[in-house]
Amino acid sequence: MSELSELYQQVILDHNRNPQNFHRPAGANQTAEGYNPLCGDKITVYLRVHGETIQEIGFEGSGCAISKASGSLMTTIINGKTIKQTQSLSKKFQEMVTCDLNIPPPSDMGKLIVFAGVREFPMRVKCATLAWHTLNAALEGKKETVSTEKPEE
Amino acid sequence: MRPAIPFDVDRVREDFPILKQKVHGKTLVYLDNAATTQKPQGVIDALERYYRTENANIHRGVHYLSELATAEFEETRTQVKHFINAREVREILFVRGTTEAINLVAQTFGRVQVKKDDEIVLSEMEHHSNIVPWQILCQEKGARLRVIPMNDAGELILDEFKKLLSKKTKLVAIAHVSNALGTINPIKKIIERAHRHGIPVLVDGAQAVAHLKIDVQDLDCEFYAFSGHKMYGPTGIGVLYGKAKLLEEMPPYQGGGDMISAVTFEKTLYNVIPYKFEAGTPDIAGVIGLGAAIDFIQSIGIENMGQHEEALLKEATKSLSQVPRLRLIGTAREKAAVLNFVMEGIHPHDIGTIVDQEGVAIRTGHHCAMPVMQHFGVPATARASFGVYNTFEEIEALVKALKKVWEVFG
Ligand SMILES: Cc1ncc(COP(=O)(O)O)c(C=O)c1O
Repeated sequence: MSELSELYQQVILDHNRNPQNFHRPAGANQTAEGYNPLCGDKITVYLRVHGETIQEIGFEGSGCAISKASGSLMTTIINGKTIKQTQSLSKKFQEMVTCDLNIPPPSDMGKLIVFAGVREFPMRVKCATLAWHTLNAALEGKKETVSTEKPEE
Repeated sequence: MRPAIPFDVDRVREDFPILKQKVHGKTLVYLDNAATTQKPQGVIDALERYYRTENANIHRGVHYLSELATAEFEETRTQVKHFINAREVREILFVRGTTEAINLVAQTFGRVQVKKDDEIVLSEMEHHSNIVPWQILCQEKGARLRVIPMNDAGELILDEFKKLLSKKTKLVAIAHVSNALGTINPIKKIIERAHRHGIPVLVDGAQAVAHLKIDVQDLDCEFYAFSGHKMYGPTGIGVLYGKAKLLEEMPPYQGGGDMISAVTFEKTLYNVIPYKFEAGTPDIAGVIGLGAAIDFIQSIGIENMGQHEEALLKEATKSLSQVPRLRLIGTAREKAAVLNFVMEGIHPHDIGTIVDQEGVAIRTGHHCAMPVMQHFGVPATARASFGVYNTFEEIEALVKALKKVWEVFG
């Protein structure tokens, strides 16, 4: 059960049961939809951006525990961050969940470190990254739904 | 009391080397047979024997090996003819699988027969491979799809089907057994009804061939498609059965070698059926492996396999209904040993990952049948599907693993 309890840590289970910021914030001015066609996970990320700052973030959708918890934790961390900070965090998150198992995950991931366990489950990496992909798309103002199965430009 | 198994399952399991494997330190419990079945030693040996001792191109050489390979290839065609009780050997076409078989019919029969404002009737429970080829054709021709609805048990509503048939209907394309629900459709009735209007019928038999006795003459369908890999045979090989008269009238599918009888730059004379539809070097090893898979099925008896799987279905249905907050999706009266289910508040992918850690392989997702997911208002389901080598103990392992899911999610 050890790999499994790495994956389904209590924090993840809690966020799955009680997702934070699970709504469309008032005054949202940037949004994007994400879709993982392999699992049917769907997510919408809403942002209220003012200047360089994400003043408020929320999300809605349906998905597995990993994707929901990832969306939830992401929103708790992003609230109030600048776009630049957000983009670099997103990149680091992506690196953490795909990096080699022999390398220890970066130490400065904060609460997001709970997703390091996903590395043991390659089929589930996309569940963890869907919310972040969708956040990136919202920041870039992408109109069409981003899919985990489309090659990125 | 459990019914007696009409053959020795332990002996059968011995025949499947992969079943001896450990997964995450646990004995593999393989319950993803609707996706693909495992391969018996006989099939593995046939592939190896072909490459070691017979490899040559077919229908081309006069040398020893080529004649040997050609003979074995064509013997398998005869074997398939008997397996599904076709009238003639030339009604058996080798293709890549069910998907290619359906695309072949859409691109040949369909392109000639379907015109603007015509209709193709299929059902709400079709696999994407029996939807998309028709959609592509309809877009090209300005025709449209009509869909037979199903009830909440996952059974087709035949009264609605009857209403869909009209002069515009050019084909009915329907699954024999649904991979997303397990439903065995009353295709004989459907075919009879379509024929009253003179409408041909294609049957997607991907989920049926390894479980039910298929008799295409008795069914009287125009086309029957299936895949080798779902009937204990290799991947990459499948069969399209078509009535000879129709096949003769149809234009070729792909152009190339083997499908011609004479070529000049002005004109090509096409070969006779089935060769007209088999352009290029086929999957010779795959065909020979498919022959070995049929040998395997016949050594046990398809009726015996069906009887065992029915017992497994009964037991599994009972056991799963005792798992808390589990809902079966697909509760048709006539079912194959395919159980789709959801657990309250838990996404099927989480179920799949957790039971996998217990060595239990099930499929999770939309099963290439998104319209079925929509009907039941779920994004995905988990699916346990059984084959000849599965045992009652494996049902217990599945139930135990599902209880683990509740332990994790509390
Ligand atoms: C009902 C049904 N039809 C068609 C197919 C497609 O078969 P293949 O992928 O072997 O072409 C499948 C397999 O998943 C199936 O279950």
